[in-house]
Amino acid sequence: MAEVALRNVVKRFDNVEVVRSINLDIPDNEFVVLVGPSGCGKSTTLRMIAGLEEVTSGDIYIGGEVVNDRPPKDRDIAMVFQNYALYPHMSVFENMSFGLKLRKFPKDEIRKRVDHAARILDITELLDRKPKALSGGQRQRVAMGRAIVRNPKVFLFDEPLSNLDAKLRVQMRTEIKRVHQLVKTTTVYVTHDQVEAMTLADRVVVMNNGRIEQIATPQELYHHPKTLFVAGFMGSPAMNFMRCRLEQNGVGLRVRLSDAVSLPVPASQSARYQALTGKELVFGLRPEHITEPRRNDRDPQCEFAATLDVVEPMGMETMVYFTVDGQEVCGRVDPGAATGPGEAMRLYADMDRMHLIDPQSGAVL
Amino acid sequence: MADTVQSWSPGLQGVSLQPSASRNFRLFMRRRSTIAFLMCLPLIVIITGLVLYPALYSIYLSMLNKSQTRFIGLGNFSFLLSRDVFWMVMEQTAIFALSAVFFKALIGLITAHLINNLPVKGQRKWRGMLLVPWVIPLALSSLGWWWLFDPTHSAFNYILSSLGFAEVPWLSSPYWARFSVILVNVWYGAPFFLIMYLAALKSVPEQLYEAASIDGASAWQKFVHITLPMMRNIIAITVLFSLIVTFANFDIVQIMTAGGPRNMTHVFATYSFMLGIRSGDLPLGAATSLFMFPILAFAAIFILRGVRKRGREIG
Amino acid sequence: MSTAAVAARAPQERLGIRASLSRNRRWALITSYVFLVIFAIFFLIPPFYMVVTALKSDAEVAHMATNPWIIADGVTLDQFRILFTQTDFLIFFKNTIIVTVATVAITMVVSVLAAFSLGRMKFWGSSILATGIFLTYLVPDTLLFIPLFQIVKAVGLLNSYWGMILVYPTLTVPFCTWIMIGYFQSIPKELDEAALIDGAGHMQMLTKIFIPVALPGIIAAMIFAFTVSWAAFVYPMAFLYSADQQVLTVGTVTSLIRGDVYKWGMLMAGALVAAAPPLVIYAFLMDYYIAGLTSGATKG
Repeated sequence: MAEVALRNVVKRFDNVEVVRSINLDIPDNEFVVLVGPSGCGKSTTLRMIAGLEEVTSGDIYIGGEVVNDRPPKDRDIAMVFQNYALYPHMSVFENMSFGLKLRKFPKDEIRKRVDHAARILDITELLDRKPKALSGGQRQRVAMGRAIVRNPKVFLFDEPLSNLDAKLRVQMRTEIKRVHQLVKTTTVYVTHDQVEAMTLADRVVVMNNGRIEQIATPQELYHHPKTLFVAGFMGSPAMNFMRCRLEQNGVGLRVRLSDAVSLPVPASQSARYQALTGKELVFGLRPEHITEPRRNDRDPQCEFAATLDVVEPMGMETMVYFTVDGQEVCGRVDPGAATGPGEAMRLYADMDRMHLIDPQSGAVL
Repeated sequence: MADTVQSWSPGLQGVSLQPSASRNFRLFMRRRSTIAFLMCLPLIVIITGLVLYPALYSIYLSMLNKSQTRFIGLGNFSFLLSRDVFWMVMEQTAIFALSAVFFKALIGLITAHLINNLPVKGQRKWRGMLLVPWVIPLALSSLGWWWLFDPTHSAFNYILSSLGFAEVPWLSSPYWARFSVILVNVWYGAPFFLIMYLAALKSVPEQLYEAASIDGASAWQKFVHITLPMMRNIIAITVLFSLIVTFANFDIVQIMTAGGPRNMTHVFATYSFMLGIRSGDLPLGAATSLFMFPILAFAAIFILRGVRKRGREIG
Repeated sequence: MSTAAVAARAPQERLGIRASLSRNRRWALITSYVFLVIFAIFFLIPPFYMVVTALKSDAEVAHMATNPWIIADGVTLDQFRILFTQTDFLIFFKNTIIVTVATVAITMVVSVLAAFSLGRMKFWGSSILATGIFLTYLVPDTLLFIPLFQIVKAVGLLNSYWGMILVYPTLTVPFCTWIMIGYFQSIPKELDEAALIDGAGHMQMLTKIFIPVALPGIIAAMIFAFTVSWAAFVYPMAFLYSADQQVLTVGTVTSLIRGDVYKWGMLMAGALVAAAPPLVIYAFLMDYYIAGLTSGATKG
């Protein structure tokens, strides 16, 4: 167990900067997820922490010590790879004990640790099998077991669930969370799946193009994104973004989305946005905040009408797609309330959850 | 069937629908398995006629007398086994094969690792250069080596004497001659091992090495615990394969020493050539070369097992 | 130790450690190159020396005092001229070409047919046959040449290069078939089925689909067959006597020696010209060359 810190870490491959000056502090025992689209630099960052890639400039600290020049084996870390990387010619037991054997641990200590990890991961019956006789989920558990027995300072996960089918992925996600609660160790987890980030992380680091967009808890990230990218990346289906103009309407402000639709800015937000009146901005609202009108809706002014283009019944809810000022918008309504494609429907926007974004800088205002 | 046909096409009434022999034959020819077999036929003919039959004929031949008029059973074999020269030939062939294969495998493994360590772009160039010995026809490079070893003009001896060392009788002294033959064999065969091992090295997934790094393995430990086990099968196959080929090698000895001096570099192949073709005693030559068979069969069985195992590993 | 305190440590100290890590890596690379150069010298000395000798005059070759590794008296192409005009070398060359081309043609026809059948069409005994082919490859020519002597004599092809064309395929067909079985097997099954639906017969499937798709394997097999035929030594040594029937390998080694005098300059010139075709093919098609070897062994 130890803290991990990155100071101004840069990684350059030939002339391409893949990681551009990352600063990150991970306290002891925290489960941090690095998330972002492919090519954003998250895997490279993880590999630099592991020592599998050299740091071009900047420093990496594990447990308060600079580890840039230490090879992986001296950093006291353990890693779970996307492709498991299990030694095919060794049994599960040998795979898990390999690192301990290399460090000359006594046989009974090795036995104890392997058994303990096997019990946590429920793979005790598999100890004598070879990797090729295991299923994907079992292999992933063995890979985790190999990491656990080492009792390292940091666990590193490199997209461990990407090779599993959807159902298995959900199962393993819960496994990983359960294991983290049992085996308290600082964890850095890389994924491109924002659902994994939301469910597993204590804090999420959203990366894009080699930079950190935002570091926050999942809830914070979801409800208070700081940039356009983060707002659009987290949450599925994605947040709706619409061009708008902020107008003064008597004493309050309104967001004008099209000639037909304009929505009121709640009084609590007016002060914040007052200075931007008249500007062309981007209006953001999540689909679950565009619903059919409900009985306890507070402001009738938040209602508007739209003609539905596509209706997707999902069982528990129905997603409706319509157009405002040429832009496609998605809303989430009760299955009974939805009309049909081509038909009009009244919708309600929960403006307390609105976001306004500066189109030039991408910053959430 | 016949009834149904007749009932809906009255024009065919009275026509016999019994299948004819030629129709059967045509159907047979169109069957998939028949076609497949026919496609293999040329191969089967070549192998049966030019490999299997000669191999069996060789056994028969070895049991005749020199003029091939009488059947003398194991007479040729007992004759050979009574000759000291023959035992020497057996011993020499074994020593050549084993030591040459050992060094070829070693050099192949070392050079494969060296090349694999280089940045990928440069590897092709080096691989290309180091494979040259294998590309030049062995007979011609043996000729070149012969010239390098020439008693009066040896270029090697020139270097040795200009450095103050004594000249070496590369092909005239028995022990140096054996060394020279093994040397040329290793020179010729090492590139083959290099190519095989380089391909095998590249087939080991990089992530295994990374996982081992994290587990705490040094370079040597990675080699022992990951590289070697993953390569074990390929190493076995190439070694056994090379044993067979080296054991039966003819060109090098024939060209450089013709078996001398004093028969001390003869191998089975050259000795049987000398007895069978040069001296005209075909049955005796056949008997000599048949002594190779047990070793070849032994190696072949193990190769087959290894190849099957590798097929299962990959598949 | 707090992170801040560590960051405050002298930067030079950490720079020194960092430099040593990449210096280690550089040393490893330099040693690799050094050893590789040593091996390269070992592997390339004979061909180099052959070239040097072939370009010298007879006088210089015979002269003992000068450094044999360099050409002191000036490069001359005399050896080549004498080789082509005053010896049977060109006859050997012609014969070798005829034999090799014929062998490659025969080999490819036989191997492609058999490989296609064994690789994709399952029939009774196909796996036995495949194993048998592999075992055949392990039977060396030095085991077979004595009985083959009788057989070749019996069909009247002793001392004729047609006899070579008869026996060379035993050297090439097994391995070429083996290589191509692997290539044919790697073609996805759906291709067969799509072709069958499109109405192709087996022969059409072979010529219009599989051969084009397996072309790399076919080229690799052809190169292998060419190289083996060109370099064959045992059979021509045992079965051919007259110069007009002889091939390059045996001809260069035995027939170019006039009386007791070994004209090494000319011999080396002959060896070089004889070794040229395989070397040229290798230079241009190295990847196919290597692919053929490795696929044969690693595809099981």
